[in-house]
Amino acid sequence: MTISEFNRKLRAGETSAGAITDECLRRIEADNPRLNAFIHVMDQVRQDARDADADLAAGRDHGPLHGVPISVKDIIDVRGVPTTAASRVREGHVAAADAPSVTLLRRAGAIIIGKTNLHEFAFGTTNEDSAYGPARNPHDPSRSPGGSSGGSAASVASGMSLATLGTDTGGSIRIPAALCGIVGLKPTYGEVSADGVVPLSRTLDHIGPLTQDVTDAWLLYHALVGRPITRQLSAAPASSLRLAVPRRYFCDLLDDDVKASFERALDQIRRAGARVDVVDIKHADLIGPIYLHIVLSDAVAYHAATLDSMPERYTEPVRTRLEMGRSILAEDYVRALNGRETLRREVDAALSGRDALVMPSVPIPAPPIGATQIRVGSQEEPVRNLTLRLTQLFDLTGHPAISLPMAPTPAGLPCGFQLAGARGQTNALLEAALAVEHTLRN
Amino acid sequence: MTVDFWLQMALADAERRGLPALKPLLEGLARSTRALRESDLNDRADVPRSSPAQGRSA
Repeated sequence: MTISEFNRKLRAGETSAGAITDECLRRIEADNPRLNAFIHVMDQVRQDARDADADLAAGRDHGPLHGVPISVKDIIDVRGVPTTAASRVREGHVAAADAPSVTLLRRAGAIIIGKTNLHEFAFGTTNEDSAYGPARNPHDPSRSPGGSSGGSAASVASGMSLATLGTDTGGSIRIPAALCGIVGLKPTYGEVSADGVVPLSRTLDHIGPLTQDVTDAWLLYHALVGRPITRQLSAAPASSLRLAVPRRYFCDLLDDDVKASFERALDQIRRAGARVDVVDIKHADLIGPIYLHIVLSDAVAYHAATLDSMPERYTEPVRTRLEMGRSILAEDYVRALNGRETLRREVDAALSGRDALVMPSVPIPAPPIGATQIRVGSQEEPVRNLTLRLTQLFDLTGHPAISLPMAPTPAGLPCGFQLAGARGQTNALLEAALAVEHTLRN
Repeated sequence: MTVDFWLQMALADAERRGLPALKPLLEGLARSTRALRESDLNDRADVPRSSPAQGRSA
């Protein structure tokens, strides 16, 4: 059930916060042993649901998330429970207060149902390296749900929560959303507070929702920026959309099924009357090198003390990647910062006069758990490089970006369609995304 | 410092610290660093800032 459907039924007296919470808890009990999406389920969630129902009965409607069970990636503080970051390094930690993002969700009426699994310290895209074991994809539990917000995406895709709060430093909201067949929104950099979140890179970390559809993402987005909803989200007419595909680089290395799904989606959008141009991001080939130098430098600065004092508490792959950051020279870090500014200008230019850039979210469907390399065409590529390839640009540049489902592969694995909009225009991006969602569903 | 010399030092450091799994990652990082340095993004002290050689895009 989407949040919009729940809202309608709740206000019509056809359901209650208690009933939807019980249903989510039932699914957690049934499916979490198989999917490993949750690290912690909140003890007081049933009481919170009863309180929400009592408030509504007394005329105290807290807003669009009233009584909605929402999960939170376990890298974001929820008062009174551990923030593990899926790492033994964090053993013994208990959050003293809610992160501001969680406070805002509660203020809009949300019920926090639990904390979800992730790639350790959000430093990976498969969710395999976690002190709590890998989260699994609801569409095929032998496959990764993506990451790092993998448990979060699995929790929504399997109905264990109606929505979830995640983080995105290189694609960690949009990658798992794409691979699990749901919607993932990375707002403009800085729009949603990253306080109370264990950082991976303070200059790249974004906070945002994963939901079942674009309208739900819009509801959570408004709650997270503390902005009251004054009107319903309305789709821009598809015929008025001005989109552009940066074909070079972004469409050069795609799994055949993802490519077919993306081209079919573009055809549908064109047939609906949208204009779809081709643009070029001149320095796209440098996205990976620029990202790598920035994220490694930022991450190792945060982890240096614990890499020295308790290295054995990290999973081996995450520890090794963090250690890589210690070798980066200051001059190369500065080159990467300069390159980031160039990329930002190039994305701004590509967006000029347009609503969004569009491309697939991830070049491959969900990889099997344990795979380190995937063949795409004639090339064997590391899973990490492939999964980050199409998303990390917009973490570098801070542009808002959203992944929504497009047609699955013939084997039934989800694929994601990505839109990136102008900085500071997340709401306009959501309007364009809603039009695309309607078009792709018809 | 050239990338080759940097890599040599980084590999030796990984060896000294007993981190053999780091070595292939450092070789990958060296490829990235080389790409970054060889790009047309970098300012140079001997080239005027307005020069097209800097490759700054609008």
